[in-house]
Amino acid sequence: MPKPSAAVETTANASLARRKAVADFSVKYAIYIVFMILIVGIAIKEPTFLSLTNFRNILSMSATRIIIALGVGGILISGGTDLSAGRQVGFAAVLSASLLQFQEYARRMYPNMPDLPLWLPIVGAIAACALFGLLNGAIIAYLKVPPFIATLGSMVAVYGVTSIYFDRPPYGAQPIGGLRKDFTNLGSGFVGFNDVWSIPFIVIIAIVIAVAVWVLHNKTRFGKNIYAIGGNPEAAKVSGVPVNKNLLLVYAFAGALYGLAGTLEAARTGGATNNYGNGYELDAIAACVVGGVSTSGGIGTVPGMLVGVLIFSIINYGLTFINMNPYWQQIIKGAIIIAAVALDIRKYLAKR
Amino acid sequence: MGASDFILEMNGISKSFPGVKALDDVTIKIRPGTVHALMGENGAGKSTLMKCLFGIYIPDEGEIKLAGDRVAFQNSRQALDHGISMIHQELLPVPYRSVMENLWLGRYPIKGLGPFKLIDQKKMYDDTKRIFAELNMDLDPRIWVRNLSVSKIQSIEIAKAVSYKSKVIIMDEPTSSLTENEVAHLFGIIRRLRAEGVAIIYISHKMEEILEISDEVSIMRDGRHVGTYAAKDLTTDLIISKMVGRDLSSRFPKRENLPGDVVLKVEGLCSAETRSFRDVSFELRKGEILGIGGLVGAKRTELVESLFGLRPIESGTISLNGGIVDIGAPTEAIRRKMALLTEERRATGIVPMLSVSDNTLIANLRRYVRRIGLLDEKRGAEDVKRSIASLRVKTPTARTRIKDLSGGNQQKVLFARWLLTEPEILILDEPTRGIDVGAKYEIYSIIADLAKRGKSIIMISSEMPELLGMSDRIMVMCEGRLTGVLDGATANQEEIMRLATQFM
Repeated sequence: MPKPSAAVETTANASLARRKAVADFSVKYAIYIVFMILIVGIAIKEPTFLSLTNFRNILSMSATRIIIALGVGGILISGGTDLSAGRQVGFAAVLSASLLQFQEYARRMYPNMPDLPLWLPIVGAIAACALFGLLNGAIIAYLKVPPFIATLGSMVAVYGVTSIYFDRPPYGAQPIGGLRKDFTNLGSGFVGFNDVWSIPFIVIIAIVIAVAVWVLHNKTRFGKNIYAIGGNPEAAKVSGVPVNKNLLLVYAFAGALYGLAGTLEAARTGGATNNYGNGYELDAIAACVVGGVSTSGGIGTVPGMLVGVLIFSIINYGLTFINMNPYWQQIIKGAIIIAAVALDIRKYLAKR
Repeated sequence: MGASDFILEMNGISKSFPGVKALDDVTIKIRPGTVHALMGENGAGKSTLMKCLFGIYIPDEGEIKLAGDRVAFQNSRQALDHGISMIHQELLPVPYRSVMENLWLGRYPIKGLGPFKLIDQKKMYDDTKRIFAELNMDLDPRIWVRNLSVSKIQSIEIAKAVSYKSKVIIMDEPTSSLTENEVAHLFGIIRRLRAEGVAIIYISHKMEEILEISDEVSIMRDGRHVGTYAAKDLTTDLIISKMVGRDLSSRFPKRENLPGDVVLKVEGLCSAETRSFRDVSFELRKGEILGIGGLVGAKRTELVESLFGLRPIESGTISLNGGIVDIGAPTEAIRRKMALLTEERRATGIVPMLSVSDNTLIANLRRYVRRIGLLDEKRGAEDVKRSIASLRVKTPTARTRIKDLSGGNQQKVLFARWLLTEPEILILDEPTRGIDVGAKYEIYSIIADLAKRGKSIIMISSEMPELLGMSDRIMVMCEGRLTGVLDGATANQEEIMRLATQFM
């Protein structure tokens, strides 16, 4: 049998190398490729999708979710998880809304309370959630309860706290409405000319928070420490990283972000009930893992988290825009979560 | 002598790893119904040979014959099915399952019709009972393994080997965590198995045990087979001389350090953990390299980890520069200018997914914090660059993930990590383990240079030449106790080995 000529072999090798390069590229940028395919697909089906209004709506919709995902993301990087995120968001929404109803509103939770300065209830809600987070961190760091269980417990308990606060005289468990204009303006106001050519406040807040968290993760000792703790807790400990202290901080900081997200959610929707935030933790975890954050810790970036959140917002908004059956949307979301992680994990498996 | 005289033959096995010839033409033959001891220093190639047997490594050369037939197992399951089993040093049972479920794991007896199969609990129980009776073991097959002693778990492993009808059973340091009575019981089981024609390959460091239980002894050194001897012709001294018999070549850099005043004084230190070190006292001088020798299980790692605040201390004192200190956590040890390069580079050293740069800076971030809490990245990058250059770390960039570097280069990054904390006392636990020969010399040069610059160094090593070639003084431990301190210049391997096996 004649041997294949050298030229044939070279071509075969080149095409093999090219195929490998394409495979490497698609694995490396899998999430961004999915992101582009989604947008292109929707735009082909319905070209009017590519409008400034839609773009703006998607960003507004994503703002609070981004803030929550940034909190959960830091916890995932540290090797933990947080199931109580959504319920903390709910608590912050109810607390801030109850303290920011306008004077003339008939069903005011505190009929005789004078108007508080706007910042006070917001800071209060943030502080309260930071305290919840601190408690989560303490349970995980000192009682050594696995994060999944610790935050499962606090998820249930925080909902109880919210509901007790929510279901009280004189009006009982009524949705909290009649929010002050200066408060709702935070959620629906914008900087710019009109409601198309403008940037919503909440989007600005989300961007500021994203930049701040990026700096925190990449430019501070705390950030370097949580990556090390998530990447190899034993090595971090031997290297003198105060593991427990950093765990407390990461959960407390995430709590503060949930608190902020909760108040913004109340401001954006103009009200709150004790069921606000229900299930947001799973949305945030899903967005993070789709964005390349590892649930086993040590890996993840802020841009990844942002893309993860945006992918889900586009699915929600875009697929509804092209009138896709919402049940089908669920199936697509589920498939994307699994496919994204299955692809992403190749990055780390291949090199072993 | 015909081939059928041997149940297992390993003929001319060679195996190389990058930079090391781990096995060089090793031929060992095992007779049925005998206990065949396999001896050698750490790193002599015993476990590599066993891994070749089990198909974990594929030998470069040589053949393995089982009962006269050539075999090449792909994995340990195949070896098991052919009647070769191994009782590992570290036993890995499933803790919250019963004894019998552990015993029959992966091959539970099945009953039932067609697709409706259930586990036959009764058969499993009866079979377990039968095997236990054979081995004269008294153990309830239904209790959780979790609650059992190491000795009991070990006997389950042996029962498992018997259940596979093993013709060859390998025991790797089986007595390392057993009490005297438990050892006697184990030997009872071994003798019973031998009487039934089973061959036992017995890997151990303990001379007395070897001489008591084995029929033949094979000795390995530096990846070579020194010889196989009848146990009755051997003595402890003979074994030691055959295990270490070699001269020290110039594998070590010249040392120019001059030990000065005492910087660390440890008095009567006892671990708060059970079965750990006790009553250890020693001194460390400025600019001195103090080697710690001993066999695996001598509790040397436990000792240094206690000095570094990673393990609790029950009694005794640690003094630094004349003052008694209380080191409760690594943070405190680092603050007091101590550094610990751990034994398990992967488990407790590197953070694999992080960059070389982050791995270098992680123990020392406090130094780079600027006023508003941000890190001074420029200064960090400069320090990393300088460390990489001075330690000659081979890495594409400082941003490369450390997991993509070779073991030797990872180790150099860990040296860089600790040197940036500007320690006065460096504790190195097996600093050249798993590192190829070329990189070893570089590590030795780094150590020698640090000592010359006045750093005090404690170096645990299980490699005799390394201890002798690098240490000013060598303290030797055995079973958690300090058995002697030798002068590095005059000590020899026989002396160290004698101290290291003093209580065995």
